[in-house]
Amino acid sequence: MTDYEPVIGLEIHVQLSTRTKMFCGCELSFGDPPNTHTCPVCLGLPGTLPVLNARAIDFGILLGLALECEIAPRSLFHRKNYFYPDLPKGYQISQYDVPLCRGGRLGEVRIHRVHLEEDAAKLVHLGESGRIHGSAHSIVDFNRGGTPLVEIVSEPDVRSPEQAREWLQLLRTTVRQLGISDVNMEEGSLRCDANVSIRPVGRSELGVKTELKNMNSFRFIERGITAEIARQTALLDAGEPVVQETLHFDPQSGSLTPLRSKEEAHDYRYFPEPDLVPLVVTEEMLAEARAQLPELPAARAERYARELGLADDRARLLAFRSELGSYFEAALAHDGEDPQTLANWVVGELVSRIGDADPAQSRVAPEALAGLVGLLRAGRVTQGGARQVLDRLVADGGDPAAIVDAEDLGAVGGGDELGAIVDRALEAQPEEVEQLRQGNMRAIGPIVGFVMRETKGRADGKEVTRIVRERLGLS
Amino acid sequence: MLALMIDRARVDHVARLARLELTDEESERMVRELSSILEHIERITNLDLADVPPTSHVVDLTNVLRPDEPRPCLPREAALAQAPDATEDGFRVPSPSA
Amino acid sequence: MTPLDLSAAAAAERVRAGDLDAGELWELYRGRAAADDLGAFVWVAEERPGNPTDGPLGGVPVAVKDLFCTAGVPSQAGSKILEGYRPPYTATAVERLTGAGAPLLAKTNQDEFAMGSSNENSAFGPVRNPWDRERVPGGSSGGSAAAVAAGLAPWAIGTDTGGSIRQPASLCGIVGLKPTYGAISRYGMIAFASSLDQAGPLTRDVADAALLLSAMVGKDPCDSTSLGLPEPVTEPTATDLRGVRLGVPEEVFETEGVESGVLAAFEATVELARQLGATVERCHLPHAPHALSAYYLIAPAEASSNLARYDGVRYGLRVNGDADLLTMYLRTRGAGFGPEVKRRIMLGTYALSSGYYDAYYGTAQKVRTLISDDFRAAWERFDFVVTPTSPTVAFPLGAKTADPLAMYLNDYFTVPMSLAGIPAISIPNGLSERLPTGFQLAGPAFSENRLLDAAHALERAIGFDGSAARA
Repeated sequence: MTDYEPVIGLEIHVQLSTRTKMFCGCELSFGDPPNTHTCPVCLGLPGTLPVLNARAIDFGILLGLALECEIAPRSLFHRKNYFYPDLPKGYQISQYDVPLCRGGRLGEVRIHRVHLEEDAAKLVHLGESGRIHGSAHSIVDFNRGGTPLVEIVSEPDVRSPEQAREWLQLLRTTVRQLGISDVNMEEGSLRCDANVSIRPVGRSELGVKTELKNMNSFRFIERGITAEIARQTALLDAGEPVVQETLHFDPQSGSLTPLRSKEEAHDYRYFPEPDLVPLVVTEEMLAEARAQLPELPAARAERYARELGLADDRARLLAFRSELGSYFEAALAHDGEDPQTLANWVVGELVSRIGDADPAQSRVAPEALAGLVGLLRAGRVTQGGARQVLDRLVADGGDPAAIVDAEDLGAVGGGDELGAIVDRALEAQPEEVEQLRQGNMRAIGPIVGFVMRETKGRADGKEVTRIVRERLGLS
Repeated sequence: MLALMIDRARVDHVARLARLELTDEESERMVRELSSILEHIERITNLDLADVPPTSHVVDLTNVLRPDEPRPCLPREAALAQAPDATEDGFRVPSPSA
Repeated sequence: MTPLDLSAAAAAERVRAGDLDAGELWELYRGRAAADDLGAFVWVAEERPGNPTDGPLGGVPVAVKDLFCTAGVPSQAGSKILEGYRPPYTATAVERLTGAGAPLLAKTNQDEFAMGSSNENSAFGPVRNPWDRERVPGGSSGGSAAAVAAGLAPWAIGTDTGGSIRQPASLCGIVGLKPTYGAISRYGMIAFASSLDQAGPLTRDVADAALLLSAMVGKDPCDSTSLGLPEPVTEPTATDLRGVRLGVPEEVFETEGVESGVLAAFEATVELARQLGATVERCHLPHAPHALSAYYLIAPAEASSNLARYDGVRYGLRVNGDADLLTMYLRTRGAGFGPEVKRRIMLGTYALSSGYYDAYYGTAQKVRTLISDDFRAAWERFDFVVTPTSPTVAFPLGAKTADPLAMYLNDYFTVPMSLAGIPAISIPNGLSERLPTGFQLAGPAFSENRLLDAAHALERAIGFDGSAARA
């Protein structure tokens, strides 16, 4: 069997969260009754003309900068001509050979281009009840028609389904942080198609690619691409060719079905949109966008590693979920002594308790978590005690020091108090003492266990061990 | 000459692209008429235009933008008023996938 | 002198002075429009609209080409596919006119989607030329031209894509002005070819054209390509052409198909211009002979896209809505468009289609550049370029319907200005074989005031009397 390497390129459509549509003043709608957000322009009535939404352009520039693209000093809009009931003018206004942004990079994946266009309307297919004279009908709802979109096309730099999912999550965080879209896959404000091919490992020429559509969650993207790689591998192993086609992923069955091929090959007859004038991005527009650019995940992760000494994986976990990063930084402002431990408590302990929720929305205030880590470092609470305090914080909020006091979760101090308990433990377990004396250090377990029971886990295990060795005169 | 390439097959293909149903007679006439028009038009393909930039706009304008401010939408009844086949809430069409 | 003999500007002046009742004027023209037997109108107002009459247009009613959208009033662009269509909004140009005091009198007949030079391509029947009812009025704004010439409307507006205002004005013996591209908003004009379409006045005389133009121009936030004019339109008053340099293109005399009567009338007026003080010299527009070819690629290409929206979904005709989607599209468009529109959609779709774009559309766009350059070079030596408007006088109905190419050649002198986006005016230039001919002046972009002044001086000197057509 040949080993194959997948080559994956992604095409992402992102709905921009402007107030109004791309070319008219209709407010964007979410879940409003059908055809209540339309006007002569977005219905494509005779005689109407498009006028570009300035904010959509600003958002496009912002995204281009965030993806390190080259922003075209002069770009054009074209008409992409085809007939479909969700396309009121019979053409989509899009960008063709002179897009707003070219080149660029996000993480390890290069960006081919980013361009602006308008969204199509929504077709609602009627069920059996909608059949008239035996033929099925659909209803067109133009509320969505004309919503501003950016299309992001990656280079075929992705090499695995997991990488595709992770990279998309990074892209989503980046776009969300820019504040230009809700990037919600379930609601369709983030849509992804994938171009998938495979080639024998070590070969540089590309195999025949297929296009996968309808993968409307991160999980489906991973599953869809995995299924397609398996399908292509089976074909090639059986000596059959991969046919260039568009495939529809069915998340229920996990199967891929070819979309019915059109009567004629696509011929979109692109030409420059005569109703719009060229877009010239000025130095002022660029400067304004640069000033608005927040710190983006990739840069943030790098800063955490460089300035705070966090391990790469910790740094990325915090940066790629920007809400975690923001929370971490808020906590760090209260206690900057040990960023590494604080980071561990955010991405480890806290996330394991609150899952995907935004920690800022949880009952655990950043200063509370910072305080808890401080108590731990000062030895006022043990690791185990601190976990119990965090449970309380997650449940009820509050101040960690107060919880320690009220619940008596404080570490049993060193010196006399802990020494007395250790003495009792040694007295109660002579057998283990004997074994220890003979050099079997494993026998210390039950003794520490005794102390922990006695102290309800508030003793520091290391300190207990130290006292035991001291008492028994072990080196 | 490109005009010579106008034949019945091409006319039928273009008519399909443009979603125009043509009768047999119309298609035949279209072959003749388009050929004669294109024969006249094609004189320009002999010009030396290598260094000439194309003109897609005669107005010297750039960046005509609209502030992102909402304007009133049409009442739904008005949006649907001229539709040849409308339900209460939308435009009815034969299903594209049917 | 009856109100019918008054120019629109003169009538407006009298209304404003209180010497003429706007209601009386309305009734006069509404009566004449309702009795139209030229086929000039597709809709005539029943009632006088309530809009103000105290604006600069003084309550003088205006006829508007069918393709301007008028809220609640049929706006069908001469097409069966839009039969009965009543838009929910009004075109900016029309709103400006009614806002300036001109009530909407009627919608005028036109070639379907403004494609034609004879008005024989209307789904609502041909228009007859008031000078000879067996002849065409020109097109595509044939209804507007015939209505003004016949005194069925005091003035009218039309649209010009390759000559659709100037050529019918010429054939009907009236004034027609195509302004600089961008001077008047295209919002609400049912599009033919977006980079060429421009609205303009069709009037009895040059002063009327200036007055109507002044109310229509202006930048419109709904049209990204609109600019307005840099200065207000002024009343043309010039009576001579001293210091004016006129260029006469060599091509006028090298072109086959220019009727001798038309050429004679043209040369007589050139001589008249000299007598009025103009310097006249031959000029060369080397790429003008290719303008028609470029035009008949660019305009159909844009049209093929602009007309894609007529799909039987949101408005207009639908055929076989019970069939599958493809059949519905094919039948609706096959039945809704007339032969000329189909021809241009086919031509334009072909010109844009894969493998042909560069050879056709791309080449045409480059030729367009060269034509603009030709004019720019001419403006270094001349104030205006002058030509006959149409190579022929009005031809008999049906004479050219079988030969599309012969029909297209009518646009020979008007198309170059459209491609360059520059203003051009046609004024009546006397009769040839008892039919009107036209004299065209074209100037640099935004030279409307100077152009109107020069046209005014020539108009006075020519002394054309169009009253016979109103009889």
